[in-house]
Amino acid sequence: MTESEAELQIQSEYQCSHKGESWFIRMYEMGEYDIIVIGGGHAGCEAALAGARLGLRTALFTMTLDGIANLPCNPSIGGTAKGHLVREIDALGGEMGKAADATFLQSRMLNRGKGPAVHSLRVQTDRVRYHGYMKKVLEKTEGLSVKQAEVVRVELDGNGTVCGVVTRLGARYGARVVIVATGTYLESTVFVGEESYAAGPDGVLPSRGLSASLREIGVVLRRFKTGTPARIHRRSIDFSRLEEQNGDENITPFSFSTTRELENKVSCYVSYTNEKTHQVIRKNLHRSPLYSGKIEGVGPRYCPSIEDKVVRFADKPRHQLFLEPMGLDTDEFYVQGMSSSLPEDVQLAFMRTIEGLEHVEVMRSAYAIEYDCCDPTQLLPTLAFKDIPGLYGAGQFNGTSGYEEAAAQGLVAGINASMWLKGKEPLILERSSSYIGTLIDDLVTKGCNEPYRMMTSRSEYRLLLRQDNADDRLMERGYQVGLVKEAQIKALQDKREQIEKEIARVEKVTLGPSQELNQLLQEKGTAPLHSGTTVADLIRRPQLSYADLAPFDPDRPDLPYAVKEQVEIRLKYEGYIRKQLAQVEMVKRLEERKLPEDADYRSIVGLRLEAQEKLERIRPLNIGQASRISGVSPADVSVLLIWLDQQR
Amino acid sequence: MEHTVDTIAAVATSMSAPAGISIVRVSGSDALAVAAMVFTPARSDRPVRDMDGYTGAYGKVRDAQGAFDEAVLWVYRAPKSYTGEDVAEICCHGGAVVTRRLLRACLEAGARLAQAGEFTRRAVLHGKLTLPQAEAVMGLIGAQNELSAKCALRAYEGAAYQEICAVRDALLHIIAQQSAFIDYPDEDIDDMDAEEMLSRMNDAAQRLQRLLRNYDVGEAVREGIPTVIVGKPNTGKSTLMNLLAGYDKSIVTDVAGTTRDVVEGTLCVGDVLLRAADTAGIRDADNAVERIGVDRSLSRLRGAALILAVFDASRPFDEEDLRVLEEIRAVKTMGVHAIAVYNKTDLDCVLELPDGDAALFDAQVSLCAKSGGNLEALIHAIEGAADLGDIRMGAAPLASERQRDCAARAFTFVMDAARALRDGVTVDAVCSTLDLAVGALLELTGEVVSDAVVSQVFASFCVGK
Repeated sequence: MTESEAELQIQSEYQCSHKGESWFIRMYEMGEYDIIVIGGGHAGCEAALAGARLGLRTALFTMTLDGIANLPCNPSIGGTAKGHLVREIDALGGEMGKAADATFLQSRMLNRGKGPAVHSLRVQTDRVRYHGYMKKVLEKTEGLSVKQAEVVRVELDGNGTVCGVVTRLGARYGARVVIVATGTYLESTVFVGEESYAAGPDGVLPSRGLSASLREIGVVLRRFKTGTPARIHRRSIDFSRLEEQNGDENITPFSFSTTRELENKVSCYVSYTNEKTHQVIRKNLHRSPLYSGKIEGVGPRYCPSIEDKVVRFADKPRHQLFLEPMGLDTDEFYVQGMSSSLPEDVQLAFMRTIEGLEHVEVMRSAYAIEYDCCDPTQLLPTLAFKDIPGLYGAGQFNGTSGYEEAAAQGLVAGINASMWLKGKEPLILERSSSYIGTLIDDLVTKGCNEPYRMMTSRSEYRLLLRQDNADDRLMERGYQVGLVKEAQIKALQDKREQIEKEIARVEKVTLGPSQELNQLLQEKGTAPLHSGTTVADLIRRPQLSYADLAPFDPDRPDLPYAVKEQVEIRLKYEGYIRKQLAQVEMVKRLEERKLPEDADYRSIVGLRLEAQEKLERIRPLNIGQASRISGVSPADVSVLLIWLDQQR
Repeated sequence: MEHTVDTIAAVATSMSAPAGISIVRVSGSDALAVAAMVFTPARSDRPVRDMDGYTGAYGKVRDAQGAFDEAVLWVYRAPKSYTGEDVAEICCHGGAVVTRRLLRACLEAGARLAQAGEFTRRAVLHGKLTLPQAEAVMGLIGAQNELSAKCALRAYEGAAYQEICAVRDALLHIIAQQSAFIDYPDEDIDDMDAEEMLSRMNDAAQRLQRLLRNYDVGEAVREGIPTVIVGKPNTGKSTLMNLLAGYDKSIVTDVAGTTRDVVEGTLCVGDVLLRAADTAGIRDADNAVERIGVDRSLSRLRGAALILAVFDASRPFDEEDLRVLEEIRAVKTMGVHAIAVYNKTDLDCVLELPDGDAALFDAQVSLCAKSGGNLEALIHAIEGAADLGDIRMGAAPLASERQRDCAARAFTFVMDAARALRDGVTVDAVCSTLDLAVGALLELTGEVVSDAVVSQVFASFCVGK
């Protein structure tokens, strides 16, 4: 055959199967990439950006270009612990924080009263503009191809290493790495009341066929479930009967590189369910697929549907709900706290019992969705599959829930895929370094039996892992990897210097027991001075802030807010921070006791059978990780320690 | 794959004192093979390899030179044994020579000498014992009187464990409540107020404090209370020592100043173990040798937790008695108990302590050390002074110094957290301090393991257990 005949050679055919049906697809070669990312959600976007920015030829495949970085559930970014994740993503060189700063509608710092460790940033964001921002960033990124196509097959070469993907239309793309970030789309089914249909969120087609291909190459899949509440029309809400909730006056941006002034554009509103609402729900429980047993997927305990709340917390007379605008260009409102899988007529009936929603007009009904995801204990802390070289998993596919958790994993998977291709050291974040490290360690070590959500209580190092110091903790790691620019590191070093200098200064400046100062101290409820005290010691008092003492500290330099904040936190929490650092050191000793990669746990005398199986499957990198595996008891760990000693 | 475990052997009974029988314990995959090589059953139709678990056989032990003693062999089959492995226990006659020869025979038959604590370590590794139980086993082995054996048994049964778990759960409740509030700002969860947090923390602190106190008492029960017998010369201190010991430990004469040096002994008095020292009578001695003895008496007095001050009831109170009182007054602080013993009640009693000086003593007892008359009253007074409190009532003691250390750290962290909360420190720091307390308790119960824990637990085992 000659080229002039202009007919391209059909390479081969392959059999595609889905739910018992199978058909042949004719394949044709369409290109060659270093990294192919399957999925254009928050994990997929970060993964693809990281790969391309690190200089690897990268392609992102999505079911629809209009669904890139969609927010199919709540129109918000951040929240408790999730806000920490976004700041960490930013410090490592990810995009989510910048996108949120560019498109947010209202910003609040949560848990202000509970101390800096749990301060958490959350913004309401414009769903369409967030999508638009991220799509544009992807499009503008050098070396990144963005394609609308459904990947139905991951191909391995003769050595069992990833070598490419095939789309539903038969296009074959070569790839050295494939990152699976399919979110809730993999073989997904939507449930509303007694009805169900195959679909992804927001009416997008589900992914059909890829699950079978993944199973074929050794990925263990299971079924998880999640849900989302209804969207309602602004004009049907009686705002006069609702509590208004405003954003913060002084807005903290997510990104360490955002320097412009930010302002709130909208308000949110609060209302409550009541006994009537609960009656309607209880009467119609039998029509919920959750209670009739139609849904087999495991849902998250911590994000219950309204019917779950009513059943499980029967003694609670009311549940809180928030009405949040979906964007500036739409009248859709999101009803936070009211996720449900009851039929549409029941949804409408119970919503109309709620104050302010008596005449509510529903635009999109609430639904539950069930999808395939992997067992993350098959993954290494790099997010690579242990037994399938070149295959990575990220996001909800790994069993998590939430945009922020997804983006964090996408970033780490993208970075590690790139490091692996370049033959460089992987980025493995310790639990003590970040919430991202904690998230990934939990996933790959303990696995998850329900969609995993980040919470502050999941970290044993909360006082170290604050949202305010994510730059100090991680920016250098991002720089080493190659995602953070020199200028940012320079700015970080300047900030550190300013902090050190100011701490040294307030440690030296002594204030005498003046009448004015003592008056302030008494007003703030703390003991007046009898002799001179340093400014630092006064800041250490829980009742006083750095700012309170400004009038008595005339030589105070003009410093950026972020610097003043660090000075105050470091002084106030010095003792507590020191204790956690000591804890980190202790744990480090166990982390440093590496377990050999080829350890034959089945042959180790004294390990219980369950421990042998778990260790064989999870293959922990060190004793520290081994000790966190559920099913590995302290006795098993002592056996491992004794066994390690004998290996020397 | 079948696991094989190397086979260890050691003498399981005490070698330090003559005993009726001694036991050599062998454990491991080849334990019964080793036993078969050193033990010949009297009934030749029942070879060792066919013996069932929990059965015994009578026969002879032998080595290369031939049979050297009669013995009884007990067989335990894995996993139903102390270590969870096949175990053979060979009971021979108690002489050190015979016992050593039997052990050597076992080693020659292929066993290796067990390291300190190895049997118990294997029991832990095979899931037969938890770490706290292993520590309690040490307590049982070391028990020198009935009460301390009872304490060790209670620790083994996990009574302290349950109390620790209850405290841990109480602390976790506070942390969980705060976490829920913090992690679910939209869920309308009630915020536990500072008052309630404080009262829960105080309750936890008190329970930990009780455990710590019981441990200190328990330690006195286990290790013996450092006790000193003092008095002016010739009041009958040595006679009292011998009476308490049940046999003559100190030389007794009518000559004042007979005891020139400190005589020591571990005495079992009722439920209490005393590490008692009989001392030279306190007086301004002319004799250089006696003066050294007096200095030693005084130094013993300073280290004692219980002072038995012996007075001669038949002689009037004098300068030398006063000197003794002064010395006691100088060392008597919190935690030091003193009992006045008025000896020689078989004679006419003329002694009277000066007004107010009686208050120096926890109790006063009159007795006749020579005949043992009214010894009961002294025992009662000593038990009272030892302040066994909760321990006797069946409270659960912690089993070891390591457990005490964990509980003490947890206690300190809880107190720190409570203080921080009172001072107005934010909840994140308060809860992270409570986390540390919980961590210490998890370490205690063995739910968190570190290198240190493992080595600390096993370092203190004696060979054979």
